[in-house]
Amino acid sequence: MNGSDTGRRWALALPAVAVIMLFSILPLGVVLVYSFLTPGDFGNVKWIFSTEGWFSVLFERSIFDDTISISGANITILLRSVILAIATTLITLIFGLPTAWFIATRAPAQRNLWLFLITIPFWTNLLVRTIAVQEMIRSEGVFNRILLALGIIDAPIQMMFTDFAVLLGMTYVYLPLMVLPVYAAIEKFDFRLAEASYDLYASRFFCLRRVILPLIRPGIIAGSILVFVPALGAYITPRIMGGGKSMMLGNLIDLQFGQGRNWPLGAALSITLTVLVLLALIWYTRLTSGRKERDHV
Amino acid sequence: MSKRSFDVTRLPGTAVIAMACFVVLYIPMVILVGYSFNAGKVIGNWEGFSLKWYGAALQNEAFLNAALNSLILATTASVIATLFATMAALATTRTEKFRGEGAIHIILNQPLMVPEIVLAIALVIIIGQIKQMTVYTGLGFLIAAHTTFCIPFAYLPIRARLEGMDLSLETAAADLYASRFYAFRRVTLPLLAPGILSGFMLAFVVSLDDLIISDFLKSPGQDTLPTYLMGELKRNLTSEIYAISSLLLLLSVLIVAGSWVATRKKD
Repeated sequence: MNGSDTGRRWALALPAVAVIMLFSILPLGVVLVYSFLTPGDFGNVKWIFSTEGWFSVLFERSIFDDTISISGANITILLRSVILAIATTLITLIFGLPTAWFIATRAPAQRNLWLFLITIPFWTNLLVRTIAVQEMIRSEGVFNRILLALGIIDAPIQMMFTDFAVLLGMTYVYLPLMVLPVYAAIEKFDFRLAEASYDLYASRFFCLRRVILPLIRPGIIAGSILVFVPALGAYITPRIMGGGKSMMLGNLIDLQFGQGRNWPLGAALSITLTVLVLLALIWYTRLTSGRKERDHV
Repeated sequence: MSKRSFDVTRLPGTAVIAMACFVVLYIPMVILVGYSFNAGKVIGNWEGFSLKWYGAALQNEAFLNAALNSLILATTASVIATLFATMAALATTRTEKFRGEGAIHIILNQPLMVPEIVLAIALVIIIGQIKQMTVYTGLGFLIAAHTTFCIPFAYLPIRARLEGMDLSLETAAADLYASRFYAFRRVTLPLLAPGILSGFMLAFVVSLDDLIISDFLKSPGQDTLPTYLMGELKRNLTSEIYAISSLLLLLSVLIVAGSWVATRKKD
């Protein structure tokens, strides 16, 4: 290809590239810069270099005597975010894989109906779905009403604003993200391979573990990354289901730019979250690119 | 397959778990819609059937304004994003690798790699400054932000369609003395149309769905449907919230059904 054609192609891609550079990459660069500045008195920053923002991600200084201790609150939230994101991924996988299997093994006409039923929640507003789960478990919600009416409990069980509520909410909203890619992988699976393994006296479990799972692995990995990434950076679902009691990283970041008035810490936390997501994505590319050649055989 | 003693496509327990999943997915939404017909004001406290909260919503100026904002924003942002994404997809496919192609691809996917809350904060910092300097508070900021995160969603399906396209058709057109533009308009574009349509749909829904970025960037009076709903959730919990939620749910059912019908026709 000659130089002028390369130039023409760049020109064609330029509007999209420019928009993303201006409104995504540049602002992120500013966040990185802000994480090394000094907090202003009423929010914002002072243009004085400081590593205090990064320091406060994991540690805190006593206001009285400058002693340094580990910031329990931040570490709890960091760990909670990672653990809840992993738990959400595992639970959606445990329920999503059989569901995807069920859909993929229906007759084609029926299959479309089931797919349609998975697609609707997938396209429905996240906030609306979170409100729907909230109605189930809030103190005056469906579960508590039923349990009270049946006389099983005397007072409503407090389920909202707990880690359980956040986990339940995220599992509910992200389940379709797991089902769809796993379904796509199972749909491509050649069932003659399973048949062959049974002919060779493989047990059901052996066939599942050694034939089916390895071949649908790309779908499982894709589903896991599609759930894990938004779950780790979740903001709306933990805000509604967890409130101030079960915060995740996204909410902690928001807090620093709002009431906390510590923009550099918020910026440092934002970069931390972004790096965690990037690590997950790099791990994903490693896992999938290593397999490509083998898959084509 | 029926001759065999068992069906290889069957795995014990999958049907039960799948049914449980569908029930769990739909019960909360069905209950939400059910309570939207509640005559009572207190959410979840059933006082008989009534359509009054739908009536209230449709006469609610703030809600209608939010709906209009959402529509303007989603349409503008997804049209621009689809146009730019189509150009970029044409630039990065159907060719041998060129200098910087990998870079373009990474840049165009970059918004997908950043958590929404982080992008929201980043944009607030920058756009807050611009707002102070220019005093402009129109929908322009929201349109720019939405266009940004819509571009990868439009780009991916369009690019996928182009990659699967048979290049020999364009070569044939050129052999028959079609000009570059004529070949593009009469051969490439019609073949690309389904990809452009699904890219546009995806961008439109993603924009319509956005809460965090809109909530952080909006100026007073610029509520979109999700930010209005979030505000109401904090301010006054009435059955109207469930009516509005149900309307949004209905909208997504219509969009999904519409796109299914559209793609079915194409195939």
